[in-house]
Formats: sequence, C-alpha cells, structure tokens
Amino acid sequence: MIPVKFDYLAPTSLEEALSALSEHGDDAKILAGGQSLLPVLRMRLNAPEVVIDLGGIDSLRGIRDDGDAIVIGAMTTHHVVRDHELVREHALLLSKAAAEVADSQIRHRGTFGGALAHADPAGDLGAPALALGAQFVIQGSGGTRTVEADDFFVDLFETAIGDDEILTEVRIPKHTGWGAHYEKFVRVAHQWPIVAVAATVKGSIDEARIGLTNMGSTPLRARATEAALAGASATEDGVRAAAEQAAEGTNPPTDLNGAADYRQHLARVLTGRAVLRAAGAA
Amino acid sequence: MTATQDRPAAEIGKDRRRKEDQRLITGRTRWTDNITLPGMLHLAMVRSPFAHASITSIDVEAAKASPNVVGVFTGKDFGEELGACINAWPITPDQKTPAHSPMPADRVAFAGEIVAVVVARSVAEARDAAELVDVEYEELPAVIGIKNALKDEVLAHPELGTNKSALWVFDSGEAGTGTDAEAAIEEARANGIVIEREYRQQRLIPAFMEPRSVVVDPTGEQITMWSATQIPHILRFALAATTGVPESKIRVIAPDVGGGFGGKLQVTPEEWVAWAVARRLAKPVKYTETRSESLMAAHHGRDQVQTLTLAADKDGKVTGLKVHLDADLGSYVAIVGGGVPVLGAFMFNAIYKFPSYRFECQTVLTNTTFTDAYRGAGRPEATYAIERLMDELAAEVGVDPLEIRERNWITHEEFPFTTVAGLEYDTGNYEAATAKAKEAFGYDELRREQAERRERGDRVQLGIGVSTFTEMCGLAPSRVLGSLDYGAGGWEHASVRMTPLGKVEVVTGASAHGQGHETAFSQIVADRLGVPFEDVEVLHGDTQVAPKGLDTYGSRSLVVGGEALVRAVDKVIDKAKVLAAHLLEANPDDLDYSGGRFTVRGTDQGTAIQELATATFAGHNYPDGMELSLDADATYDPVNFNYPHGTHLCAMEVDTETGAVKMRKYTCCDDIGVIINPLIVAGQVHGGLVQGIAQALWEEAVHDDSGTLVSGSFVDYLLPTAADTISFDVVHTDDPSVCTTNTLGTKGVGEAGTIASTPAVVNAVVDAVRHLGVNDIQMPCTPERVWRAIHANDGDAVTPADAMPHFQEGALNQDEGAGQ
Repeated sequence: MIPVKFDYLAPTSLEEALSALSEHGDDAKILAGGQSLLPVLRMRLNAPEVVIDLGGIDSLRGIRDDGDAIVIGAMTTHHVVRDHELVREHALLLSKAAAEVADSQIRHRGTFGGALAHADPAGDLGAPALALGAQFVIQGSGGTRTVEADDFFVDLFETAIGDDEILTEVRIPKHTGWGAHYEKFVRVAHQWPIVAVAATVKGSIDEARIGLTNMGSTPLRARATEAALAGASATEDGVRAAAEQAAEGTNPPTDLNGAADYRQHLARVLTGRAVLRAAGAA
Repeated sequence: MTATQDRPAAEIGKDRRRKEDQRLITGRTRWTDNITLPGMLHLAMVRSPFAHASITSIDVEAAKASPNVVGVFTGKDFGEELGACINAWPITPDQKTPAHSPMPADRVAFAGEIVAVVVARSVAEARDAAELVDVEYEELPAVIGIKNALKDEVLAHPELGTNKSALWVFDSGEAGTGTDAEAAIEEARANGIVIEREYRQQRLIPAFMEPRSVVVDPTGEQITMWSATQIPHILRFALAATTGVPESKIRVIAPDVGGGFGGKLQVTPEEWVAWAVARRLAKPVKYTETRSESLMAAHHGRDQVQTLTLAADKDGKVTGLKVHLDADLGSYVAIVGGGVPVLGAFMFNAIYKFPSYRFECQTVLTNTTFTDAYRGAGRPEATYAIERLMDELAAEVGVDPLEIRERNWITHEEFPFTTVAGLEYDTGNYEAATAKAKEAFGYDELRREQAERRERGDRVQLGIGVSTFTEMCGLAPSRVLGSLDYGAGGWEHASVRMTPLGKVEVVTGASAHGQGHETAFSQIVADRLGVPFEDVEVLHGDTQVAPKGLDTYGSRSLVVGGEALVRAVDKVIDKAKVLAAHLLEANPDDLDYSGGRFTVRGTDQGTAIQELATATFAGHNYPDGMELSLDADATYDPVNFNYPHGTHLCAMEVDTETGAVKMRKYTCCDDIGVIINPLIVAGQVHGGLVQGIAQALWEEAVHDDSGTLVSGSFVDYLLPTAADTISFDVVHTDDPSVCTTNTLGTKGVGEAGTIASTPAVVNAVVDAVRHLGVNDIQMPCTPERVWRAIHANDGDAVTPADAMPHFQEGALNQDEGAGQ
C-alpha cells in the first residue's frame, strides 16, 4: 500500500520542529514512532502534505527523576518505559501496561508520547496515565504549558494538544511502593484491547486508582469503585462488590468483539481482578 | 518391477528439512512481485465501493492527465476482448450462472469489483491516478446474507429473476446406496431420538501470506503470464478458452507462490484485466494487490447455513441423516464455487454406518465477494456438522461421545466398505486411532478434572471435544469428476529425465505453493531410483517446463502426482535395464536393481544408473531397437479417492465470568498411511489445526447490511499467531492402514488438520458449559457469544450483538485529532 505523496521533514531540535509545525499548520502531521500514523497513511485514510518526524530530536527521549515525579520524554519507546528502573519503582502500573502494548517489534518503535497524543481510546497507555494523574507538558511557539490528565483526553483521537503544539514530556507523580496490574482482555494476542483495566493500589487498600481502556471515547477513571475501595480490605468479596460500580458513566463502543453491555460487564469483572492482583490478593 | 523390491528405503520416512525453505523464507526468490521486466508498466485497480450499483458514467480524463499515466481503461474499452471468468463446475444442468466479466461495463455486483484500471510507469503513480477516476454510480438494492437471498425479494442479478442458483440432491433411497432417510426420521420421532439443529458455517477469508500478483509479458512469440496461482495449467486453459488466444501461444508460470489454501485456486478478474491491458499496449505489465484488496476481492470460503436432522434409535445407533445446505456463492459462481458444498455431500456420513441419508444443497447468489474453495472445501463443513451432531446425540443418550461414535463407526474388519453416500473406503482403523489418541491425551484424567470442576462450581470450567474425522482426498478419479459435471479431469503427470552426468530432473504437474513438493518428491525418487537425495531436482509450475498437469489442491499432489512420479521412475528403470543388460553382456532376467545399481545375480559385475545415463548421452554402444533415452513420462488417473482419518481430542477451559476460552490440550492421532517426510507432515498438521481452530474461535468475514466488508483488515479479521496457540500433540497410529490404491500407500494430509479440528474445539467449548444449559455456540465462539450462551436462560437481557464497525464514527484508528 502506498500513501499519498508527502514531504518528509526530520528536524533535529524541538525549535526546528515547532517552526515547521507553525509553518505548515493543518497540512502537517507529527511522526512519533509511526506505529499508528503509517498504517493510516498507507491505507490513505489521511493524506498530510508534510510529515514531521520527531525521531531525530534527542532531547525528547529518556526518563529522569524530578523529585516527586518521574519525567518521561515523549519519544521514549514503550520498550524503554517497560524496563526502566525509575518506572518500575515509582510507576509500576505504566511498566505493566507498556509490556502489554501490541508486540515486541511495535514496542521498540512506538513511543509513549506518540501513543498518548494519538489518543486511541483502545490504546494501552491512556488509562494508566490517567489513573496515575499524569501531567502533560506541551510546547508551542508561544511557550510551554502543563495539562492535567483529566483535561488532556478530549474525545476520540482528540487531546488538548493544539495544532501548532507538540507534547514534549509527561510527568508522572511518584507512586512509590504502590501495587499495580494491567488486566487486558483480547481474543488474540496482537489485538487492541476489547476492554482493559489499569489498577494501582496503595497498601491493601488505603487508596486505589483505576483507569479503563476502550470504555468510551477517551480513557476513563472508575471513580465510584475507587471511592468504594478507599480504606477497604483487599478481600475477594469486598473488591468484587466495589468493582460492580466500575462501569458507571462509561459509554463503550459496539463492534465485532462485543456489544456495549458486554463490555460493561467485562469492565466490572476485570476491575475486580485487576484490583485484587494489584493488591497482591489474587 | 519385482527386481526393485529389495532396494533400501533410506529416504522415505526421514525428517528431511525442506530444500526449498532457504529461498522461500529469505524471500531471495522469484515471487511474482519480485519479477521486473524492461519497460514494465504498473496497474492500479479502481474498485466499486457499492455492493450493487449501475455504472452511470466513468470520467477518466483527470487520471489520464496524471504524471506518467500511460492509459486508463474501463470495461467498455475492451468489450468481448476482455474474456470472462469461468465457472468450471455447473452442479446442475439448470444452474443459474450470471455472466462474470472481469471488469463489468454496466453494473457491479459486489463491493470491491473492478470498474477501471490505471496503467502508469510506477506503482505509486498508478495508485495516485486511480483516485482521480471519477465513477458515477446509481446504487441498487443489495442482497446480503443467505436468508435474505432465499426470499428472492431483492435480487443479486435482476436479469436472472432469482437468487437461487442450483439445487443439488443426493438421496440414498433413490441412489440405491441406502434406505429412505425421511422414513427413518419418522420412525425415530415415534420410537427413537431425533436431533434437529441449524449450524452456521461463517464466511472465511483464506488470507494467504503472499498477496496475489500477476505479470504479463506480451513481447515474444508466446504471451507469458506469471501469476501467484495454485493452478497454472487450468489458468492457461481458461485464458485460451475465453480470450481467443491459442493455447500454444500462452505460457503460464507460477513461480514460487506464498501460500494459497484454495484461495489461489481461481481464475481472477485481476489476471484477465492484466492480460487484456498488456495485449492492448504491447508492453509488460504488473499488478500486485494490497492486503486490503486481497481481503475484499480475493475469493472467500465456507458460508453455509446447515439444517440438519439426525435420527437414531434409543441406544444412539443412527438410523438416518438428512442435510439441507444453503450455501452463499457470493456475487458470481466462481471456478468451482458451486461444487465446493457438493464435495461435502459425500462426507456427512463420515466414518459411520448410516443406513439412510438425504442431502440437498441450495446455492444462492448475493452481492458479496464470490466464494470458492478454502482449505478442505466442503469437507470441513460436513465434518463440523456430523461431529457436532454426534456429540449432541451422545448428550441425548447420556453416554461418552467416544462411545456413541464406536456404536456407529465402521469397524476395521469391515473394510473395504461402501458408504451410504456411495464411496468405497478402502482401509481404515478408527479403533486404533482413537485408542492411541485417548492415551496420548490423558482422556480419563481430564474427564476426572472436568467432573471435579463442575462439582465445586469452579469459575473456569473444562470441556473435552471429540472429532473422529475422515475425508475424501486425492482429487480425483476423472470419471467420477465427469459424473459430477466437473469441467476437468483429476489425473496427474510426471516426467523423469536422466541428465548426461547422472543427475535426475523430475517434472511434476502438481504446482506447489508452500507444501514442500521439492523435498518430498526428491525423497521418493531417491529411494525408488536409488540416487542421492541431493541429485534430484524437482521442476514445476511453468507450462513450458511442466506442460501437463492439473495443479495442487484437494490434498492430491502426493497421492496422485506422487503415483505418476513412481510410475515414471519405474519406466526409467525398465528402460535402463535393457541398456545395462547389453553393456554387462547379461540376460535382463539375471539383473537385480538396488541402490541405483544393476548387478548380475551371482557375480560382482554391475553398473550404476548414472553410468547408464552417461552411456545413453554418448550413444556409442547400445542394443539394436533401443530408443536412445532413459527418460520417461507417466500420467496417472486415480481409481479411487483416499480416506485419511483420525481422532482429534481437544480440551478447552471456559472462563464462565467473561466467556473467554483457552485451549488446554490438543491431541490428534491421524492415520495417513505411509508417511514420506514426518517433518513436513507435522508442519501440515500443525498449520492445518491452527486454521481449523481459527474458524472455531477467531475468524469471520462480516459484511454490513449495505454489503461493505466490515472485517476488511487484520485488525478486524482476526488471524491467530503463534502467541495464540499451544503446542499440539501430533501422533500417528503405530500400524497405519495403508492406502491400497497407490504404490506408496500414502494418503493426503494437506487438509486433514483443518477438516478435523473445528468441531473438536467447538465440541469442547460446548461440553465445558453444557451443564449450564448450553447446547450450541455459533462460530467463531467469541467470548461474548460464550458469555451470552451461558446467560441465555438466566433472565438477563442479552441479545445477539450485531456486527458493526469498530466505533461507529469514522474509520478504524482514523487519525482525525491532534495525534502524533
């Protein structure tokens, strides 16, 4: 399959990339690993005139400790996120979710920031980022701003990133010592999740944070369940009872893999399982 | 050839690694798309987005003006010159067969049909220009789905006046092969057991690895077509028959072909369009489809509704079977499209002694991609139906599913056995295969675990599925095909040539596309002729190299093509013997042939076949009357099908909370007669199993109400990978029932795994939840379907999910936002 003809730009600095973006505006697309963009181009579902590849900008890669948060550069690959010591120690949920992204080849090419900016509600990283209260650092020609996770995901494939802006890094508040589990429900291994649940808990259980994948047009928090779990004990019956509220406020799609009501059922069951696993109780 | 009987069998039975694999796996070979000719032009197809529409106008001006576009053609530009895609198997004399133009000028009958072709100097330029072709359509009502088609309210082809193409009937009472099935059913209603079911064989997509590709070179005395096809010989025949070019002016080459599974057993619109364009422009052209085009426009498989009635006495002894199939042909009757369900007609009675049998098959036309052979072709559908029914009968009688089969199967003493469908099974031993499978599987232990899980109400339930399959393969005795109105024969041809320095060139008409013919045939020749394996070169797939043949499908290459090869080798030995006797100054009757050498009995004198090849080349010393050649040809027409069989046992775990299914264990014991190469057989069985399991659990081609293929990419058409399967236990009977109708005693194995595994898996899933009130789950058994089946009787508001695209708004993963 052959994309429509486009110009390819490979800036080596963020300034260069931003200037290219403001020059071309709507006609440009950002390439950040290409694991979603390239299939879309090849199937001619999108035809940008300019593709700006961020792969040559070294400053966008890497993970660092920043006091009460860890900071993940937007162009860090899923593979690096999964295995990084800082992520394992302070944001175990992200490591677990990154391990479930597609397959090994894609994890070595696809990037953390690229996936979040793409904002596919079936993507594996939105729900854990939301659950962990990630902060999105977005840079445009006018300067830098930080967007809270709750405001970042706007709609299907739509985020708070403006047309002339680039997501540069994501700050993840430290959840040191929190248990975590990413429960992904698929029919075949390489599939997008039908439903997935990202759960991380402090103690058993002082506090729980739960993100839902593919249960609406954006990643969602299972807030009612979180509230019910705060201070609860990590027993099977207790957790499952709290998980009964996991589908509240969700609006999942209906497709070949399942109707909306089935997905809501799955969200309840999988939330219970994810929390128990995160709490080390299953 | 009694003199050859003591030759050592060094190669047959050996785990030879495939000699063709290095080039196939690395891709450093002649795939059709790798072929580049001087001045070659590239094609891009413009396809209809509508399932049924009149073509009002086509404006090609903008496309023609696009850079490096050489031409844009529509159906009107070619007319009759375009030829036609043929149906080679009209199953009844009154079959309704719509005309199938490769590029219709006036009306399209499925979404994906070609309406124009763009020719440019590069693939990219052709693709860009194709977007500029402006086609105006007037949409017509489309008929989608078998049940809608049967109503005849909306017509796929209005000029035919009906969607019903043909009704094919076999009745054992009328044929004299058994008694009246209706009477048996009536009797069972009064005094026995009647099982009535409707099963759905969902539509599948063959999804071969290498997309279809074709190159046509009209420069030269012959017009050459390279095509990623299973059937170069049939393709040449059809090109000649429909385009008016004499056969002698056509050369068809199937170079290395990357899989087919029946999906490349077709004469395709794309081939015909490429042929017409190359001839019109007098330049070589190439067309390679995209994966999206392949999924949408290459033929699909299966797609039947099976209405089944099984009659039995109270002990579970079957007294009759009645089968009514409604089979979706799609938009056209493809090359053997109508015949595929008919092939299944002979297999519904499977390994059993049914006294009565009636089979009806109604084929229907719809506005969807046309259907045709897909691995197993008719036999998986039949095997699924009967093996599911036998499990249902076992449940009804209250005995183990293996027990119900034993009460009905043909015992090994009863062979040869003529079935109620009229076939003569030559050999088989269902008892031995079942005993071995049962032991290897750990059947009794798994049944114990199943009972324990049920007892304690485990969230994860265990089910065990049985499939005791047989199939008819080695297509086919030509006279039988003639009696079924099939358009060709079923023979195969082979040549064996001795080169001057003593190497052996083997030519086969069976055109491989991944099966390993080069290795297996080399093993056969190495043993039979007594030459080193490495000295044998197998040539195939080019009508000028292998001028005679009927290609590869229906598990025929080894059992039909291999037999032709054996016979050609024997002729070479016979010819060589005359020369050997002359050179050794011995009486031919005193010569023994073993290990590639003729020796004079009782002496140390002898000569090797390679020496005789050189002597023939020199021609200096040979007996009067001998033709100066050792080479030989043989054409073999099989006298019967052959009947591999096996017992497949599958254990599935079902998560009753989510409906998720997980394979726990899969064991199969196949009796396929003598095995030439166990490694290749293991590969065939493993791959075949996965393909059959995929029908049970994952794959389904879905069109929406307007006829758009919803499962139009591998995101929605779920193919399994190695990550989704387990390691299968593949065993064979210790003392196989050797096929009696070919010299080597072989039976086909290419389709066995696919035919057998689907019902084993579904039987296991149903068995896991039968105690929860479930007796069927439609394929593929998605977690959602399993979950809904479990909860169907508990009052929850559960309704079947309609097939819908992934997210209603916009296309899949379409990047409309500020994504990166």
